[in-house]
Amino acid sequence: MEYDVVIGLEVHAELKTNSKCFCSCKNEAGDEPNTNCCPVCIGLPGALPILNKFAVEQTIRAGLALGFEINRTAVFERKNYFYPDLAKAYQISQLVKPICINGSLRIGNKDIPINRIHLEEDAGKLVHGADGSTLVDYNRGGVPLIELVTDALKEPHIESADEAIEFLEKLRQIYIYAGVADCLIEKGQMRADVNVSLKPKGSDKYGTKVEMKNIMGFKSVYRAIQYEIERQRDILDDGGVIEQETRKWDDDKGINFTLRTKENSQDYRYFPDPDLLAVKIDDAKIDEIKRTMPMLPNELKEKYMNEYSLSEYDADVLLQFKHVSDFFNQCVADYNQPKTVCNWITTEIMARIKTESGAGPILISKDNLVWLMKNVDNKKINRLSAKDVLSKVWGTDLSAENEAKRLNLIIDIDTGALDEIIKKIVEQNSNVVEQYKTANDPKILNYLVGQVMKETRGKANAGDVMAKIKELANS
Amino acid sequence: MIELGVIDTRDKILSGEISSEQITREYIKRIENSDTNAVIEIFSDAIEQAKAIDIRIKEGFKGALAGVPIIIKDNILVKGKHASAGSLILKDYIAEYTSTVAQKLIDAGAVIIARANMDEFAMGGSTETSYYGKTLNPRDKTRVPGGSSGGSAAAVAEDLCCAALGTDTGGSIRQPSAYCGCVGIKPTYGRVSRFGVIAFASSLDQVGPITKNVKDNALLLQVLSGEDSNDETAEKRAVEDYSKYFNQDIRGMKIGVISYVDDIVKGLDVEKNYNDFKEFLKANGAEIVNVDIKNLDLVLPVYYIIAPAEATSNLARFDGVKYTRRATDAKNLEEIYLKSRTEGFGDEVKRRIMLGNYVLSSGYFDAYYNKARSLQANLREEFLKAFKSCDILIMPTAKGEAYKLGEKSNPVDAYKEDIFTVSANIVGVPAMSIPFGVGKNGLPIGMQIIAPHFEEGRLYRLADFVERRAK
Repeated sequence: MEYDVVIGLEVHAELKTNSKCFCSCKNEAGDEPNTNCCPVCIGLPGALPILNKFAVEQTIRAGLALGFEINRTAVFERKNYFYPDLAKAYQISQLVKPICINGSLRIGNKDIPINRIHLEEDAGKLVHGADGSTLVDYNRGGVPLIELVTDALKEPHIESADEAIEFLEKLRQIYIYAGVADCLIEKGQMRADVNVSLKPKGSDKYGTKVEMKNIMGFKSVYRAIQYEIERQRDILDDGGVIEQETRKWDDDKGINFTLRTKENSQDYRYFPDPDLLAVKIDDAKIDEIKRTMPMLPNELKEKYMNEYSLSEYDADVLLQFKHVSDFFNQCVADYNQPKTVCNWITTEIMARIKTESGAGPILISKDNLVWLMKNVDNKKINRLSAKDVLSKVWGTDLSAENEAKRLNLIIDIDTGALDEIIKKIVEQNSNVVEQYKTANDPKILNYLVGQVMKETRGKANAGDVMAKIKELANS
Repeated sequence: MIELGVIDTRDKILSGEISSEQITREYIKRIENSDTNAVIEIFSDAIEQAKAIDIRIKEGFKGALAGVPIIIKDNILVKGKHASAGSLILKDYIAEYTSTVAQKLIDAGAVIIARANMDEFAMGGSTETSYYGKTLNPRDKTRVPGGSSGGSAAAVAEDLCCAALGTDTGGSIRQPSAYCGCVGIKPTYGRVSRFGVIAFASSLDQVGPITKNVKDNALLLQVLSGEDSNDETAEKRAVEDYSKYFNQDIRGMKIGVISYVDDIVKGLDVEKNYNDFKEFLKANGAEIVNVDIKNLDLVLPVYYIIAPAEATSNLARFDGVKYTRRATDAKNLEEIYLKSRTEGFGDEVKRRIMLGNYVLSSGYFDAYYNKARSLQANLREEFLKAFKSCDILIMPTAKGEAYKLGEKSNPVDAYKEDIFTVSANIVGVPAMSIPFGVGKNGLPIGMQIIAPHFEEGRLYRLADFVERRAK
């Protein structure tokens, strides 16, 4: 039988803020355990939360980047459950009145409806010792998180693992470009819960959904979804019934298993947190955030293609990593030759920074790269020499100009002297010149150019030399 | 029994007549010789604190509470000192920071000499639910001092300190003040910071002073009041100098009398005192206005839904995992939770935790919690409406004199005792209990006066007048 697949996503991202959501502790989960903690975030008696206004702004910014409506009054609620990493035995979250409602994200030609983005605090982290002991690190406790929930009850749906991954990657890119989150997957800064249901093709009645929580990494999300679709398909094909449950994805074994069934699902007993005032958000604040919104990937792509005439492929390469497109934008601001800048970055720079899982830092200053590009274009240095200089200055604080001078790579030979050398080479190689004239073989021409370059120690412009040799040969 | 108050003591210390150390030593001796169990612990550094203040006073310090010995309720944190909220589960807990209210006392020069007994987590009206044993009413040791701030009120009445701090979630300052013959105020919600006060029901809790007289009370509230960067619910609003309300008459003041209250007072022990109070006010030029507050009969159920709901969440952090007492024989995580909480909490606390969980549970949430919240909003409107036709509402603080130890062992009977006090918490308005006459056993009776939000000044004007004029 054929089925329609319906996939819902809940995506958690740690917000980029200096301090935690409800206290002034540093938002730095990776520090020495339990160093970024205070009475509030370890839930001591009598401690009260104070809302970090910037975390609210960041949430609004995330929402506006995805076209959400912003609730003018948002409310924090307590989600009550016991777990050792949850210091107060409740998480401050939002249920009834989240900050952002009704947004969407475009994947392919579908606008996937998103129900909400709400702000909440993260829990701490359990550290299991080899001796069977378990310790708690509360550094992450109270770190601001935004949770985005797609609206799987509205069409169009996310219908495949591929679409889910495209959604997650686009979302990640938007968060990063908007400056709301770094989304470092390996640090657990972005995590997804997935729910999957199948229904007979064309049916408008939804199937029973199965949830898989806290899957780390997009590859795992992909595999988990593929596995769950197949598992449900097998059950349905055999005439079985899907149980509503939460399953745990085991990435090592590549399977999932039952964690909780509907009967023993938790009752979180949400109610408004009496320690926190309702958050009032006015138009002025929303306008200010809109005004200061950094350019988002789709806007930049349009600019690159329409204004800078870059190919879609090049635009995508530049936009894949925000620090790369930032660097591109800075270089273009200094040297208004987008195509040249794009060529250098997509070849020379990308080759140096691309890693298996992402891209490392760009270890050359904008000034150095702009100097090299300008002087190649002005024929003050040869492209090959410029690439040598780039290698020399990469990862150092050397100046490209000084390096080019030190290596004697600046083209400063005057035309008279150059003409003399070219004339000399052409005369010394009259046989070769003849061969070139009959065969019109560019390899022979390149050989001659090479001889001149050798004689000038690379200080002549190869293009000019080539033109001159051609002229002499044909005269 | 009641001797020197806050202002008198401070003035004697500042004039050099006595030192803070002398008076502190005297109070410590009295506490040690007392058999009412009002105090859980005398702080070991009390004399040191007093000596340090004496030195500062010699250097010119003139704080509002310079050298004055004060007792705090066992749910108020002072860094380095035990605070257990009258519970076994926090028996060994030592505060890691100082509450805003304690810091304000310290800054004003007070000496915090001891922590007072209380109903466990402030849940109760008799101080009989404390893990540290019952407190006896110093005016009749066969009777309860009231609660939950029973230790604080008993200590003031027995003259074990100049004044004490209590907390009031549903009457916990006013009712023991009435039973012990003290002046006690529950300030407007948001007038005093809750930072560093072990929470019972966060939307209702307020700290307030229990004192020997009205002027002391006003001074202490002035010290305690104000906004706090550590408490969003402490309102940014100027602190008033309440002394401007003293020594006035009450001519023309409109005193609201609620018809529902008149109905339920009939036949209670307090009926005569309540009627005397009305007559007294009328005789002194106040105008008695009858007002109607709809749904006031539902305020007890509203309170006993909202307070346990918040309490169940507030008390969940006492889980045996971190700083709370852990059951020694727990073999796994679930047992740590179950056994530590089963051993650590008393019956009344467990009862309210279960109540709170029940009203928040899915399927019951709308029927209980949400309905209570909407009634709360409705009652707030009703009170605001009533205050359009009067300046102050009056009603008794309790049904009569302090009852006998063990008399209200049925929890529902005990809950019904709160009938007059919970509405001020549910609505958020300030309410004060002042001594007015005695009951048939010669024990103190308290009358309650209630003002609109942040109009504590009106209460002090009336209370000061009553104190000066009433026999």
